Amino acid sequence: MRWADVAQFASGSLRGNPARTLLMILAMSIGVASVVVLTALGEGARLYVVNQFSSLGTNLVIVLPGRTETAGIGPGMLLGQIPREITLDDAQALQHSRDVKRIAPLTVGTATLSRGALNREVVVLGSTSDLLEVRHMSLGIGKFLPPGDIHESASVCVLGNQMKRELFGNEQAVGQWVRLGDRRFRVIGVLAEQGESMGMRTDELVIIPVASAHQLFNTSGLFRIMIEAKSRDVIDEVKQDAEQIMFQRHNGEKDVTVITQDAVLATFDRILTALTMAIGGIAAISLAVAGVLIMNVMLIAVAQRVKEIGLLKALGAPGRQIRALFFAEAALLSIVGSVVGLALGYAGSMLIGKIYPSLPVSPPWWAVLAACGIAMGTGISFSVWPARRAAQLDPVAALAGK
Amino acid sequence: MIQLENVSRSFMVGDQQVAALREIDLHIAAGDYVSIMGPSGSGKSTLLNLIGLLDRPSSGTYMLDGGNVTDLNDVQQARVRSEKIGFVFQSFHLVPRLTAAMNIELPMILAGIAPDERKQRVAKLIENYGLSDRADHRPDQLSGGQRQRVAIARATSMHPAVLLADEPTGNLDQTTGKEVIDLLEQLLEQNVALIMVTHDPVIGTRAKRQIHMVDGQIISESGSGT
Repeated sequence: MRWADVAQFASGSLRGNPARTLLMILAMSIGVASVVVLTALGEGARLYVVNQFSSLGTNLVIVLPGRTETAGIGPGMLLGQIPREITLDDAQALQHSRDVKRIAPLTVGTATLSRGALNREVVVLGSTSDLLEVRHMSLGIGKFLPPGDIHESASVCVLGNQMKRELFGNEQAVGQWVRLGDRRFRVIGVLAEQGESMGMRTDELVIIPVASAHQLFNTSGLFRIMIEAKSRDVIDEVKQDAEQIMFQRHNGEKDVTVITQDAVLATFDRILTALTMAIGGIAAISLAVAGVLIMNVMLIAVAQRVKEIGLLKALGAPGRQIRALFFAEAALLSIVGSVVGLALGYAGSMLIGKIYPSLPVSPPWWAVLAACGIAMGTGISFSVWPARRAAQLDPVAALAGK
Repeated sequence: MIQLENVSRSFMVGDQQVAALREIDLHIAAGDYVSIMGPSGSGKSTLLNLIGLLDRPSSGTYMLDGGNVTDLNDVQQARVRSEKIGFVFQSFHLVPRLTAAMNIELPMILAGIAPDERKQRVAKLIENYGLSDRADHRPDQLSGGQRQRVAIARATSMHPAVLLADEPTGNLDQTTGKEVIDLLEQLLEQNVALIMVTHDPVIGTRAKRQIHMVDGQIISESGSGT
């Protein structure tokens, strides 16, 4: 029997019982679609996190005060000690590593921002002119913090987009004065609208020179130092340099933590990929269920078509040919089910993408391949038994419908 | 052509062995016209199934066309059925979802004959059996006589040497039944051995050789044969 004839005969017998066929295709396609949609969601979550991290800056090495071991609680914390703070001089010293492109020291605090009768609590970021580049922020209008001596305070500020709107509405903000706590600052620039990144709403920030922030909050310690390496290849060198410099400056005490953006990213990447695979695997169970359904329906089909099988044998079909016909039916069902499932899955992913535009939903290629592969695999392997049963029917009894 | 030597066939019914055929010796030559008659349960159909290689003898030998076909495996049996044997059944056994033309084509599809050749042969058979205006109808749109004509066309599509008919007129009225018998008898001109199981003495006596069976044995053979 020719392959084309096998396929045609099998599709003919599938069309001969449309309700049964549609149900099986439906079961198969729901399985495939759920794998596609769920992995697309997982992959979307992964990409979302990766993008968020990337929007933080590129080739970043971050120095935080305190030695954070994996558990997060060191002996110092139990004794109520506060780790030694990182100072502006430390930040300047880090600049000496030859692989460092730029650094941005960060001090964070909250203060009341007011203009006339309007006031609200804001997150104040104290930093330097390099922050704009290091954190990949973009300026809307005006200028960013002026470059110059890191220790020098200046009464200038850059407003986040939303802050500007709340305080000034449609008025010109640049050149105006606002109050932060008990100090007056002149607005020199407004950030472009950026939305959220890593839980920090750039639009709701006020950025002032780091020295001014230290005066405002009456502190001398930095929240962290962000270092941008010259290239991706030297991130590790920068990390070692930073550890070395801080080690020397802090009298041989390892009391800072240096993390690289890549390491954090890689961890999240691994966790979220594992998660995606797990939910994909759970969805794949529904494919196995679809396989069992196919087996069930195929067994019924064998029982219903006993006479036809007997006839085929009488007309000269050996057992293996009859087996091939049933395999072909299962394979066709699986193929059509996979295609319909993929279409449903992609449509579903697009719909989710429409509903949650910030989530980059796209099914990963490996999940699509796996879904189709499992669909074929279960479809065909679960039809082995029914096909064997059909092939082994006794022709005389089968013709009699027994 | 067909030589059955000492062929027996028994079935297990419960824990009892029941002999359906007892030591049958039968020789049928090419172009022979044989009818097998007898009461139900006499083993007529079992004999026909054995000759058609749908069943195997419990003992004895079966030679077909000079070759021993007693102990062929499933694939070999299927090939012999495909190449040498045609079946016509009482209940037609047409595939309900296929058109008349496709039902006729089926044995050739199973045998792997090229589509062009198939189409030619089907067209010819449809014309020969007067089914031209029914070729695209499905079995449920055909009358009984037409269905049996489709079945005969199907049985002859592979040019078999032996045509086995099991009560071919059993589901037909007398007039159509006679038409069907006429069609079958025409095959004798092509040197096909026609073996027909029937209850109907009118039809049975038309055969040159008439075999009477009772209790799994051939009790008499009459007619112009031996």
